[in-house]
Amino acid sequence: MRPTREISRSPEPSGIGAFLSTTLGRLLVSIFVPAITFLVLYQVFIFLRDTQIPQWITAIIAILWGVGGVLALFTLSNYLIEQLGPTWRRRLIPFVFVGPALAILTWYLVLPTIRSFIASLYDARGINFVGLDNYIYAFTSQEMLQSYRNNFLFWMIFGTGMSVGFGLLIAVLVDRTHPVFETVCKALIFMPMVISGVGASVIWKFIYEYRPTGSTQIGLLNGIITALGFESQGWLLMQPWNNLFLVIIMVWLQTGYSMVILSAAIKGIPSDLLEAGRIDGANEFQIFRSIILPSIQGTLITVTTTIILFTLKIFDIVQSMTGGNFGTQVIANVQFVQLFRQVNNGRAAAIAIILLLAVLPVMYYNLRQFNKQTEAFR
Amino acid sequence: MTSTTLAAPRQRRRFRIGHIMVYVVMILITVLWITPTIGLLVSSFRPADDVKTSGWWTVVTNPENARFTLNNYRIVLGIPLPDRPVTSGTRVGMEVALINTLTVALPATIIPILIAAFAAYGFAWIDFPGRRPLFILVVAMLVVPLQISLVPILRDYVALGLGGTYLGVWLAHTGFGLPLAVYLLYNYISTIPRDIFESAFLDGATHFTIFTRLILPLSMPALASFAIFQFLWTWNDLLVALVFLGAEPRVQVVTQRLLSLLGQFGQEWHLLTSGAFISMIVPLIVFFSLQRFFVRGLMAGSVKG
Repeated sequence: MRPTREISRSPEPSGIGAFLSTTLGRLLVSIFVPAITFLVLYQVFIFLRDTQIPQWITAIIAILWGVGGVLALFTLSNYLIEQLGPTWRRRLIPFVFVGPALAILTWYLVLPTIRSFIASLYDARGINFVGLDNYIYAFTSQEMLQSYRNNFLFWMIFGTGMSVGFGLLIAVLVDRTHPVFETVCKALIFMPMVISGVGASVIWKFIYEYRPTGSTQIGLLNGIITALGFESQGWLLMQPWNNLFLVIIMVWLQTGYSMVILSAAIKGIPSDLLEAGRIDGANEFQIFRSIILPSIQGTLITVTTTIILFTLKIFDIVQSMTGGNFGTQVIANVQFVQLFRQVNNGRAAAIAIILLLAVLPVMYYNLRQFNKQTEAFR
Repeated sequence: MTSTTLAAPRQRRRFRIGHIMVYVVMILITVLWITPTIGLLVSSFRPADDVKTSGWWTVVTNPENARFTLNNYRIVLGIPLPDRPVTSGTRVGMEVALINTLTVALPATIIPILIAAFAAYGFAWIDFPGRRPLFILVVAMLVVPLQISLVPILRDYVALGLGGTYLGVWLAHTGFGLPLAVYLLYNYISTIPRDIFESAFLDGATHFTIFTRLILPLSMPALASFAIFQFLWTWNDLLVALVFLGAEPRVQVVTQRLLSLLGQFGQEWHLLTSGAFISMIVPLIVFFSLQRFFVRGLMAGSVKG
């Protein structure tokens, strides 16, 4: 990073230096420097968008351009503010720091809540005002009703319940084992967390693969079932239980998360509290119910909320496993279909607003917590 | 007295049996949890004919008949084989998708962190009117689902010519990752002791100098935690790529590629498994080498939209 003016002020400016420190010089610099920076960045953008050079070269230029561009813009805006008088400098410098973040946040999240609401009152192409038609669609159409059932019953209740339940069970059990054993178990159970929903779908589609009874099974689940003497099953076609088989994929991905967080909370319980319980003759189950559970209640709520928010927006597993067919439709997938295949912006926006309404309680809770914690932050 | 001496060994024995049970249950759960991944890994190294005609577990139950090959990976990565030249019909193209994913994920990680670190410093250490309401806005945005922005932002992208460009995807990932990034980095940067700033201010340093010279290096642990989180999120993302990057194979990322392989080569499990494993390698390396940072980031970042 180049030193700023305050630090590197040379005592005797001369030649070009003298010119640059005049007001006119500063003005010219303030106009030309950003103009040239923007021009260079824009030209590279156009070049990258239309270029035909080898792909890995494009990739490297794109990465350097993106990261360097952001750095250049920050350095530049700071440099320009430094040219101003002390009063304006003090007024504007906070916005060099928080401005870009707030601008992007406003463009990508704050304004879209309003713009989506407006779009939800218009037709597919956003031309004619249709009132609440899109909401009538969102609350009465067969695909949306099916989505509510799947999202709330299967994904939210079963999915969250199983992820948190398994996570808690494993966290409690693993706490009683040798530290090395614990580390290995945790790492292996946690590992699916870093696998994409699509990658996990390939893994599990292979497990659910169906071949008729009698032929060699290559899907693990039907392999086990037929070895036990049962008929092989088309797991992904069994309505409505196929939803549960999709939910299992998410449970496989998310249990590690709840396990790690809950395990940390359990380790945070003071050991003399547990000792006291044992001396008083409580058995392990009583200790779990009367000491461990109340102590980790807060963490349990946090983990549950996080996973509920995740299930609400579940998309990639459904999109890659069934595409929402065979009775497995979910809200986010309907929105995607409306946006791309039906090209119905009004409906897609109305569905987005419904998702937003669903997270409002959590937003309210977050804000209240924030207010409580930060009385000092004024 | 007698009763306690009698009870003690019995209780210890029961405890020991319970203890063994804990290990047995944990081993069962762990095996259950890694079996799907092992099935994928084993299948990805088996010849196409074997994958189609026998379960992958026969490698364990019937090891003398097991055959392994790297050909699946060669096909998926676009390396021509004698009996299978790379044509438009057989092209899998994971190698292109891998580079595309890197091109998306690296800037989509670094850019939001840079912007968020600046903002976190501004909120934590510069006093300005509107500081609190603006930060509350950031907290409010933490749980807003990104679905809310698809319709309006797509409209903007069409108008601005940003659709299908890397810049568009970087900005989208930046927008969706920023609330959490600002929030986490604020929590960290605001706890840096005030003394560190004061001597720097007395020496006449500006906020910009203090930030770039002092705060950024001091915040490295927090930056690293969030970086891993965001990198994995952008690497594994499907929705943002589908919406803002589009379907053109030249720009597709690995998750998109894998999704279209599921349609195109739905029964060619030797290609699907090796393709899926290739998409997982980078996240797995990041996970196993930087697990501690990753877990720390997760802990700090619970309840995100």
